[in-house]
Amino acid sequence: MTAPPTADEFLACVLARTIEGLRNVAVGTSSPVAATAALLVETESAGRTRASILGSRRYNPFNDGGSEIHDRAAQGRIDAFFLGGGQIDGRGNINLVGTGSYPGVNVRFPGGYGSAFLYFLIPRVILFREEHSRRVLVPKVDFVSAPGTSPPAVHRTGGPHALVTRLCVMEFDRAAGGFRLQSLHPGVELAEVRDATGFDFEIPADVARTPAPEPGRLELIRGVVREQVAETYPEFAKTRIGDA
Amino acid sequence: MSSVTGPPETTVDELAARIADGCLLALPKPDAGASMAAIRALIRRGAKGLRLWCLPAAGLQADLLIGAGCVASIECSGVSLGEFGAAPRFRRAAENGTVRVVDSTCQAMYAAVQAGEKGMPFVGLRGIIGSDILAHRDDWKTMQNPFAGDEDPVVVLPAVRPDVALIHARLRDSFGNLWVGNAREAVVLAHAAHGSVATFEAHYDGNLLDDERMTAGTIAPIYVEAAAHAPKGAWPLALPGTYPADRECLAGYAAAAATEDGFAAWLDRHALGTDRAA
Repeated sequence: MTAPPTADEFLACVLARTIEGLRNVAVGTSSPVAATAALLVETESAGRTRASILGSRRYNPFNDGGSEIHDRAAQGRIDAFFLGGGQIDGRGNINLVGTGSYPGVNVRFPGGYGSAFLYFLIPRVILFREEHSRRVLVPKVDFVSAPGTSPPAVHRTGGPHALVTRLCVMEFDRAAGGFRLQSLHPGVELAEVRDATGFDFEIPADVARTPAPEPGRLELIRGVVREQVAETYPEFAKTRIGDA
Repeated sequence: MSSVTGPPETTVDELAARIADGCLLALPKPDAGASMAAIRALIRRGAKGLRLWCLPAAGLQADLLIGAGCVASIECSGVSLGEFGAAPRFRRAAENGTVRVVDSTCQAMYAAVQAGEKGMPFVGLRGIIGSDILAHRDDWKTMQNPFAGDEDPVVVLPAVRPDVALIHARLRDSFGNLWVGNAREAVVLAHAAHGSVATFEAHYDGNLLDDERMTAGTIAPIYVEAAAHAPKGAWPLALPGTYPADRECLAGYAAAAATEDGFAAWLDRHALGTDRAA
């Protein structure tokens, strides 16, 4: 009898659905859940989807320094990537720099890292932030590390595709420049998402339920994928993934 | 085969003395050859007004220098302790406005220093337009792509040549060649900077340029002004492929540096007085 999914295993399966069938999926540093999702999809696809886990030696094909992932993204050779945000607003703008009136920040975040470049150039960027609150999902970010949309004249081949939190999945409508609720995680009600979201979003007539992990996926995560993840994230693999 | 010999070996403290107060000091990202031994020596000598330029992001090196009052400004794409969380002294200094933070993005850091390496005047980049990072960069411009028929704005950045690059190499031979393995950031910084200083882990018997397997990771002495032997010189950070990070020490730092007193005590124990790693 398989134990029910941990929160991180559940979210890894949600993220996995956003990247299935793609060729090259890259995962940035300090992103163990996204790394689990990418390695899961790579394993299931027998390598047709290639996961590039930054910070890994074994699952990272880049050997030309930290610029290589940006170089490949600019060439259009990376299909999907994951970004977070200290703040995310309803236009898909993300803030990784700080709150308050820059440069006099109230709370300083680590920084934008690759976002101001990669958000423009990777076709499918999945925003993943486990916390779903009005603190994070704000009407307007205090600082735009990277904008969700751009004027037509600006070269842009990439941008936000979906937002995944502990409560729900929202898809980003690039034409409308906003989010549409796609599915509520098990046990989550619409009112809860509304209360915890600081921006307006479209609510379709029928809101789906985020499915439970597909048969076989938990076993894969708890087996071969856990070993792969442990190379980069030993603590996460040990404590946040269930026993086989 | 090169008959050029490098500069004579020096000590870590003499190396730190060559890094002038107020200079534009380039540091590679924490896993690409971080000379923690020289960072500690800079703190011991009371360096002031350093302008850090971190390719492309910063970590413990910058946090220690900031906490110790050695830094006037820092330019990079981000500062953190990785899995050990936010960089506490950077965060506090940014929030209090005691250090000027020049926010950039990874590819802008790489492109600017690669332009410096090639002696190019500037470089054009995709992306960035519409980011508040650009809005706060007086030194960056947006221009029409001169090769495009249609409207095509691009961001252009001036090339960067740091005054000094500080790196930690794995090996040094008697000809002055340094071997940094696959630490590409260390190579590009050494090529772009006006001068470089390096600590290194161990001596190499022979000439690094004689072995095809070693040449790609070798920095020739033309780029290096001074080198000092510093075994475990990246400690407590990892030197990938050589030794792992001292996780206990890093976790202890993240906790201690949350307060000014805790930081001072940590510094006293691990950086001042006798260098534990030296």
